Formats: sequence, C-alpha cells, structure tokens
Amino acid sequence: MATPSNVAIAELEEAFQQRIDREEKIEPKDWMPDAYRQNLIRQMSQHAHSEVVGQLPEGEWITRAPTLRRKAILLAKVQDEAGHGLYLYSATETLGVSREELTEQLLAGSAKYASIFNYPTLTWADVGAIGWLVDGAAIVNQISLCRTSYGPYARAMVRICKEESFHVRQGYEIMTVLARGSAEQRAMAQDALDRWWWPTLMMFGPHDTDSAHSGRSMRWKIKRQSNDELRQKFVDQSVAQAEFLGLAIPDKALKWNDTRNHFDFGEIDWDEFRAVLDGEGPCNHERMEARRKADEEARWIRGATLAYAEKERVRSSTGTES
Amino acid sequence: MRETTYDPAHIEYVLRLGDNALILGQRLCEWSGHSALVEEDVAMANIALDYIGRARDLLTLACELDGGNQSEDDLAFKRDEEEFKNFLLCELPIGDFAWTIVRQVLLDTYHFHLYDQLQRSSDQKLATIAAKSIKESTSHLRHCSHWLTRLGDGTDESHRRVQDALNEQWRFTGELFAADAIDEFALAVGIGPDLSDLRERWHAQIASILHHATLTQPIDAPPVAGGRQGLHTEHMAGLLACMQSVQRAYPGLEW
Repeated sequence: MATPSNVAIAELEEAFQQRIDREEKIEPKDWMPDAYRQNLIRQMSQHAHSEVVGQLPEGEWITRAPTLRRKAILLAKVQDEAGHGLYLYSATETLGVSREELTEQLLAGSAKYASIFNYPTLTWADVGAIGWLVDGAAIVNQISLCRTSYGPYARAMVRICKEESFHVRQGYEIMTVLARGSAEQRAMAQDALDRWWWPTLMMFGPHDTDSAHSGRSMRWKIKRQSNDELRQKFVDQSVAQAEFLGLAIPDKALKWNDTRNHFDFGEIDWDEFRAVLDGEGPCNHERMEARRKADEEARWIRGATLAYAEKERVRSSTGTES
Repeated sequence: MRETTYDPAHIEYVLRLGDNALILGQRLCEWSGHSALVEEDVAMANIALDYIGRARDLLTLACELDGGNQSEDDLAFKRDEEEFKNFLLCELPIGDFAWTIVRQVLLDTYHFHLYDQLQRSSDQKLATIAAKSIKESTSHLRHCSHWLTRLGDGTDESHRRVQDALNEQWRFTGELFAADAIDEFALAVGIGPDLSDLRERWHAQIASILHHATLTQPIDAPPVAGGRQGLHTEHMAGLLACMQSVQRAYPGLEW
C-alpha cells in the first residue's frame, strides 16, 4: 500500500477531528493520528499501572485489618483494583501494544503510575483516608473520563466508576467509625487526613498552565475537563464531608469564595510533587521493587506455561496422527 | 456464665475447622498486589475471600455452640497462639508461587473431600456451611491443580520448584489425618467423617494429580504435627502479631 501523502494525512486528520467534535467514539480499527494513539497509550497504561501498583499500600493492611468483616471488604476492594488493572491493560492493548511492553516501560521508569501510591500507609485510618480521598479524587477524574473519545477506554471507565463508588463508601465508612470512636481513633483519623490531603490534591496533576499534554488531550477529547477544574471540584465536595466527620482539612487558606462560588485553597508544594514523580517519594523504591520481584517470578511462570502449551500441542498432534 | 448444652468436643471440632480456614486465608491475603500475574492477584484474592468467609461462618458457629458470649472477632483477634488449633501446613509462609500452589493443592483436595462428607453432618448448621464450601473448594482445586500441571510439566525450573515445595510440605500432611479424641467424638455422633476413609480418598486423588503433573510423590517421613494441640511452628507468632496488631494495641474499640 502506498504511503498516504501529506495532503491525504491532513485530510484524514481533519475528518478525525470532525468525528471527535461530533462526539463520535473512536474505535480500535478506526484510523487515528499516531500522536492520538501514543497519547492514549501513555495515559491508559499509566492508569493501568496505577491500579496494579495501587494494590500495594492498602494491601499492607489486609493482613492487619481490625475485624474479619473489614478484612473481607478490604480484600475484595484490593481485588477490584487488580481487576481494573486488567480491564485497562486490555483496553490499552487494543491500541497495538502488548502488556509485556507496558510492564517493561513501567520497570524501566519510562511509564509512570499515580504518585499518590508512593506514600506509606501507617495506620488503619490510612485505609479509610485512601478510600475516601484517593478513590474519591480518582472518581472525580474517572467520571469525566467516561465521556473520553476512545471507546474502549470510555467503556472501561463506566464499569470502573461503579466499583470505585463502593470503594469511596467503604473508606468514608471507616472514617465515620473512627471519627465517632475513642480519642485515639479520632486522632488517628485526623492524622491520616493531614498526611493524605495534599498528596491527593497532587493527583490531579500540574496547573493547567504547566501541563505538558493538556491542550491536545482536550482538543481530542481524551481529557474532558482540565486538571484545575477537576481539582476544584474535588476540594468543593470534600469540605462538607470533612465537616460531617468533625475533622479539619490541613489548609489554612481554605475559605469559601462568594464571587467564584468555589472554595479557595492553598498552593500545593510542587517541589514535593516533582520529587515524588521523579522517583524520590517515600515509597517509590519499595513499590518498584515489589513490581520487579513480581516480574521476575512472572518470567519463570510464563516460561512454564509456554513450555507446557508446546508439549500439549505436540502431544495432541502426535495423538491425532497415531 | 451461660450453660452450654453442647459437648466441648463438638465446639472444639468446629473451632479447628474455623482456624484452618482463618489461618490459611490470612496467609493468602499476603499475595494481594504481589502476584506475578495480575490474573493471579484476582484469583488468589478470590480464594482468600472464600477462606475468610468460611472462617467467619465456622467461628460464628463455634461461638453459638459455646453459648454466644463471644464473637468471630473475639476468637480471631483475642486468643493467644496456643489457643489456635489449625494444621501447621496452613501457617507456613507463602513462599513463591510454586510453594503456594502446592500447598493449595494439598489442602484444597483435603477440603474438597472433607466438606463433601460434612454436607451430611448431623450438625445442620455445619452441613449448610459445608454445602457452600464444597462449591468453593471445587473451584479452588480446579484452578490450583491446573497450575500444578503446568508448572510440573513446564520447564526444568518450574518442575524443580514445585517438586521441592512438595518434598518440603509432604511431612506436614500426616497431621491432616491423625485422628484424636475430638475426631473420634465427631465420627461417633455423626458430626464429622472417618479420617481413615478421607485419607484414602485424598491419597488416591493426590496420586492422580501428581502423576498428571509429572511429579514424584515423596516417601512418607515421620509427620510433623502439633497444631491441633496448640503447638505451632515458629512462623505462627509473626502471623498472629500481624493479624492481631490493631486489636491488641487498642483493645475494646469498635472498628
């Protein structure tokens, strides 16, 4: 097949943008600009890796959950995250990249995962705070992504959002019990909010003015709302939730603004944000070490499954001949 | 104190079943997020969930039989090591994937035949729990025995790993069938099965699974036992310290 000329590509791109503007979903076999494909692979694989790495901080507390009911709920919740990782890897594979390649990029450090998972879970209240805040922030972002322009990604998001809403509720329920509990439990809940609040706000990424991929992603409707819009939405919804718990959000600048009809809030420590993103957060090394160890084990297991499949193939073909 | 109308041996029998489910489930929880394949994170969490759920049913039943003064959480989080009556095999560390699969096959096969028989227990509530458990154990065994076949008949390395795990774990299997006064009581009143019959069924199926997986059945060595008397391995203290840490640090609170 002849390579399309520049004119032809320009026409294809124009038609593609018109489909996007008409809110048509782009499907795997449709023509798409290479940059659109690469942008999606980057974002979706980062999302998939986040689900998989995201098992680790909460997973720390499955073995230590304070009741058997809590243990079962947390186990099921972390299992959901693994399931989300699988949908998202599968959705990413529709763009012509394999899960093995994506894993290699993660281990090489060229693909990222959500920086929030580089913070440690120190008490049981952290499990509550992660469900309430981290999953709450993820949902704000993911509800927006249910309308993303790439069909397989949008459909995966619809299902993920349903499950995430349970996760938020389980987290908030843990916080409610702690907030109404003993003085020690209330202190534990406040401490968790203090430690998780700012890293949660960082989850929405840099300011719109500093975001490298935002403009194009918005034009292609991969992203539907900007980082700052989503962050504002999250802050606005969280204030009343914290009040209900009787907990204080650790931000002295947090104040209702009548003119904007939103809460004003303080500035994120962007140095910390960049350090964690660059691999120097409190638990980056541990998280990557856990994934590396899993990948080493995957190698001999995959070797075994391939060898077994080959033996079976030979057995069945010789069986047919005899 | 309320008077119990049930024989202590009956309560102890149910408690032992509950402890096996709890301690094995607790171990399987450790895989979350650490499995080599994300599919296995999902699968191991499923199996762990079944075991934790089964433990909750059985420990709740043990509490009811004992007069209802305690809860599943009292039994899980407030007992000391010597009060736990699980098989030693359940408490051993998770090891690598080969080690975990071997242990699951040994114990899932045991549970498959045990709960099959317990469906006919004279304790109706136990029979109801067994009817649910047999479905779970059937699926656990299918999943794990398929893996054992692939690993055993895979590469030299995978074969060596599962054979080594099997050789190491085999001495802990004698305990599964060593009938004592509690088991004899359970058999006599129709609560539990005949362990010598269970042993035959288990051996026959394990021999077939190992043959399929091209593995060699280890030679019987003197069994290592003690779990059901509350005499555990060195691994149990760490497992309990972790599991009970929050309840021990903050006693008497709601969570």
